[in-house]
Amino acid sequence: MLFAAVALACLASVLLGAKNVPPGEALRALTGDRSGDALLVAELRFPRTLLGLLVGIALGVAGTLAQELTRNPLGDPGLLGVSAGAALSVATSIGVFGLTSPYQYVWFAFIGAALAGALVYAIGGAARASARSGGASPVKLALAGAAITALLMSLTHALVLLDVRTLDQYRFWAVGSLAGRDGALALQLAPFVLAALLLTAIIVPRMNALALGDDLAGSLGVRVGVTRLLGAVAVVLLTGAAVAAAGPVTFVGLVVPHLVRPFTGPDLRWLLPGAGLAGAALLLGADALGRLLDHPGEVPAGVVTAMIGAPFLIMLVKRGRIREQTR
Amino acid sequence: MSVRLPDQPITSRPAGAPGAPGTPPASRRAVRRPGRVGWEVAGLGGIARPRVLGVLAVVLAFAVAGLVASVSIGEFPIPAGDVFRALTGTGGADATLIVRELRLPRALTGLLVGFAFGLAGALMQAVTRNPLASPDLIGISAGASTGGVAAILIGGVTAAGAGSYASVPLGALVGALVAAGVIYTMAFRDGTITGFRFVLVGIGVQGALGALTSWLLARADINEASRAMVWLTGSLNGRGFEHARWAGLALLVTLPVVLALIRPYQLLQYGDDTARALGLPVDRARVALLLASVVLAGVATAAAGPIGFVALAAPQIARRLTGTANLPLLTSGCVGAALMLGADLAARLVLAPLELPVGVVTGAVGAPYLMWLLTRANRIGRAG
Repeated sequence: MLFAAVALACLASVLLGAKNVPPGEALRALTGDRSGDALLVAELRFPRTLLGLLVGIALGVAGTLAQELTRNPLGDPGLLGVSAGAALSVATSIGVFGLTSPYQYVWFAFIGAALAGALVYAIGGAARASARSGGASPVKLALAGAAITALLMSLTHALVLLDVRTLDQYRFWAVGSLAGRDGALALQLAPFVLAALLLTAIIVPRMNALALGDDLAGSLGVRVGVTRLLGAVAVVLLTGAAVAAAGPVTFVGLVVPHLVRPFTGPDLRWLLPGAGLAGAALLLGADALGRLLDHPGEVPAGVVTAMIGAPFLIMLVKRGRIREQTR
Repeated sequence: MSVRLPDQPITSRPAGAPGAPGTPPASRRAVRRPGRVGWEVAGLGGIARPRVLGVLAVVLAFAVAGLVASVSIGEFPIPAGDVFRALTGTGGADATLIVRELRLPRALTGLLVGFAFGLAGALMQAVTRNPLASPDLIGISAGASTGGVAAILIGGVTAAGAGSYASVPLGALVGALVAAGVIYTMAFRDGTITGFRFVLVGIGVQGALGALTSWLLARADINEASRAMVWLTGSLNGRGFEHARWAGLALLVTLPVVLALIRPYQLLQYGDDTARALGLPVDRARVALLLASVVLAGVATAAAGPIGFVALAAPQIARRLTGTANLPLLTSGCVGAALMLGADLAARLVLAPLELPVGVVTGAVGAPYLMWLLTRANRIGRAG
């Protein structure tokens, strides 16, 4: 079913836009034809869809991992401030080092995401060490994330304010969109996503054990600290790649695991792939929807996911899925 | 809760406990109305106690000193004496112009805005019982930002220009109120609302509004976007008397309301159950206090932009100064004012003649404090 959803979203992403393309034309593009609408599809829509797939999978898996690692239903890289770290880093690269192309500030987004991730992780770790009963409470972690975001954003503002040119570039990156990216960017980032996915695949059994609690996992022979660290590395790699490619797209990582879990159950061997696919479907769907909403312009995917994700978060809170204590 | 037993305010004893009038720190006021010792003393924010009074006086002095310094220091230094003469109309023409037209309005705006942020932060933190819950973190300022930016971009007006002054603050205020309304109704469940749900929903709303704001920025013309960005960072630059008057008027209206609500304010900090047991209509009190907080934050944001960290830090600093278990309300406001003026002064002087927006300074100063608060809150398992 998820595969069907992804396929549908891909189709929508390829066909819809300022110029709607009939399916026949898209097929012609696949067979190598390069005339008329087929050119448009091959040159613009395919790479964009590919990138959306990549970013969506990365965000979905990263969100699930983060929620498992922090044992917190609110573990979303966007909410936890990782995206803000990448944003600050990108603004620095544009403003201070004068970089102009996304290919160059990809690396800065990575570094920023990694640093912010380490910070959040440290705070989360401190919380775990103190609260023996298992993890920082969702509220605390979410507030910590909001606080870190506020802090990083004020620094970003300072940088952006000093120079109009920086602002001009930054604001288009900051909104979170798949527009105007090409296939080369996806190729550049694909190795990182693949490496992180491989890492995830390796640690999945141990993560499953970890879900039983640190003590039980330890007695099953899992080295808890190492596993957590590897998981965190995977999260940072995935988030860094996604943010670098599409800007800070929030809420995908938050929503997806909650959507998928009822179908797959808590077993990560099913949950993680499901979350990846659902993430891709959600992001591509949001992207296509954004193009439909403001025809012939577009609403950036980041805005659409936020508009879908925030009510979802509120619903989670209302249903009482998120309690003051962790599970 | 806190373990500062020696400083626990009298409110922790049940109101109207027999024999209470004679208890040590209770003041003349307490003796005068024996039956209501508990909250009557606390009813003035614990003012009856010397330390609290003293701290309030010192902080107030700091704020006033900040005001004077803010007026006298600058590219054209004016000694404090000349400032006074300029105000009374006996000074030189230059000094009079600079003081009356440029620096005083700005400093006054800073004072009022800081005071409003401090109060708003104290109210919000008290109601949610969470030292990290301040309007700038849980969506209120984000709503004001979106509203203000929309006003700037759609109205095509300048943030600091006098003529535009009507639309931007209006947008900000409406944005803050709408955001708060959404957060409140969304966090409402089973006929009640808990602090933690309020905070979580606020964070969600903040995420959505942040995306909306950055989308507005990306759509706009670059010149307008950069103007909006200045406002978004929070700046006191170019604030005239009309800003100060607006903020002052709003404070004048809100402050008595807040002071009238001081008993619920104190009681809510002991937890819903305790407050209810002491006869407080908890839900109504919470709505009223939150509304006051949102209006204050909205007004302050309207005048100076969403300046971060003042509302977060001021109440906590104030509480540590007074050593009370509850957040002292008036002291929080005064600390906020002093912080704001100090930050503005720093923003003007650090890179002089270049001038930073004050929001950058509060961000840079607030950051380490926040980190400390976070790790500390985690260590002692508070802040949840």
